[in-house]
Amino acid sequence: MGKKVEITCISCPMGCDVELEIDDNNQIECMEGNNCKAGEKYVRNEYYNPTRILPTTARVKNGVLPLVPVKSKDPLPKEILEEAMTEIAKVELEAPIKLGDIVIENILDTGVNIVTTREILKKKQ
Amino acid sequence: MNNQNYELVVVGGGPAGLAAAQEAYDQGIRDILIIERDFELGGILQQCIHNGFGLHYFGEELTGPEYAHQFIKNIRERGIDIKLDTMVLEVTPDKKVFAINSDEGMIEIDAGAVILAMGCRERTREAIDIPGSRPAGVYSAGTAQRYINMEQWIPGEKVVILGSGDIGLIMARRMHLEGAEVEAVLELLPFSGGLTRNIVQCLEDFDIPLRMQQTVVEIKGQDRLESVVVAEVDDNFKPIKGTEYEIECDTLLLSVGLIPENELSEEAGVEMSSITGGPIVNEGRETNIEGIFACGNVLHVHDLVDWVTEESLIAGKTAADYLKGGIAKRSKAIDVNPGENVGYIVPHKITNKVDDRKLVNLYMRAKQPMADVKINLYAGDKKLLDKKARRVEPGEMITFPVPEKMISSNDISSLKVDIVKEEK
Repeated sequence: MGKKVEITCISCPMGCDVELEIDDNNQIECMEGNNCKAGEKYVRNEYYNPTRILPTTARVKNGVLPLVPVKSKDPLPKEILEEAMTEIAKVELEAPIKLGDIVIENILDTGVNIVTTREILKKKQ
Repeated sequence: MNNQNYELVVVGGGPAGLAAAQEAYDQGIRDILIIERDFELGGILQQCIHNGFGLHYFGEELTGPEYAHQFIKNIRERGIDIKLDTMVLEVTPDKKVFAINSDEGMIEIDAGAVILAMGCRERTREAIDIPGSRPAGVYSAGTAQRYINMEQWIPGEKVVILGSGDIGLIMARRMHLEGAEVEAVLELLPFSGGLTRNIVQCLEDFDIPLRMQQTVVEIKGQDRLESVVVAEVDDNFKPIKGTEYEIECDTLLLSVGLIPENELSEEAGVEMSSITGGPIVNEGRETNIEGIFACGNVLHVHDLVDWVTEESLIAGKTAADYLKGGIAKRSKAIDVNPGENVGYIVPHKITNKVDDRKLVNLYMRAKQPMADVKINLYAGDKKLLDKKARRVEPGEMITFPVPEKMISSNDISSLKVDIVKEEK
């Protein structure tokens, strides 16, 4: 016998509750409750390979603020988010910083870059 | 006093003020000033470093700072004047704006029109009367967000969050990822006011428990918070005796609602809504005072910044129309009233005659979550339009577009929207 899995679709603010029937070979047999194609894609991905964008901060020297917000340019596998946080915590950048600067290239061999999400000007001395 | 003149003064340089100023410029107004009390533009978006912004307006998912950057760049490119680190002290009914900063001292600005875009602020412990001692470690969630994301302070290590609105949920994930233990998120209501995606991505992803119909009834600790006492509540939100339990923690974050920040509006004599806590406006987002407009969270608290932008573009355009020679009025205004299961609707009235407009969007919130509903629009007793929705949530604003041709008749003097269970 297969199993039933419930996934809340979050590809848009609708938040559809989607029910999956999974057969013995771990294949999705049936999907119910989604209202669009994007939802179908999200739920399929969420079942087999859940990923998340990771937004956090990195330390900055000589900036108008001591931190710059950063994010993973593409979604990371959900289970490595905490490990990625540890990697980002090791970084210290020097102001000025532009939006989109690469902070870490290919973090944890995922092929994904960590990039800044705002500019930080240099602090006036 | 330092006297200045501007055609348009925008009070607040957050997402609302930026979009309104940009649109007024694009509609031909050149003499614009944005006044911001922080050291930079962008408002609350600068501390909202998480993604999820812009899906509607930009068609892509951005973080708060990236969303803000788009508008800041546009404002810079247009050469719109900005005063940072400047506090507006008063706006008068004849549109004088008094402000102060450390470079210029007191400034008196004569404005042709004013757009109020001051945003909102958080409700505090005092606003919800939690008894107990007064130790360090009790923060509003947005304050903690600014500390962590911009100022490099971690508020504590063992956290309880009261309130499952979006800020509470986002902060649960943020504190967890920064290494704190999030013991629980407590919610007074039987449902969360936060977006579904935040419940999934901020709590379920990290197994952070969300406990419904519970609240903090006591705060314990001398210098630093040591624990909170939690109790279940009944349907009238009264704590149930005998259900109390204690959670050890050094930090309590309060995400218990936002209040539009309207001291300036009230002093100017702007008529206010007791439900939204913001000004009463027409579809152009003009208040009862001609030439004073309001948009964004100062008008009503939004769930998505995309809707703030949409609303602020409307305010910016109408302000430009006003400055360019006035706005034609309908012979009779239409009152827009919330019906069953509708908390409020913005705009509160439709007063303008705009020949080339196709739609008037009504923005509203449901009072209670409800599944499989019909949203009905009535003019008097006559039903004009309905639309189905699979689900409505108080946390998610509903947009209801009304075709201009349905309401252009001068016979219409009131509209009502209700949300009812769809009959099968």
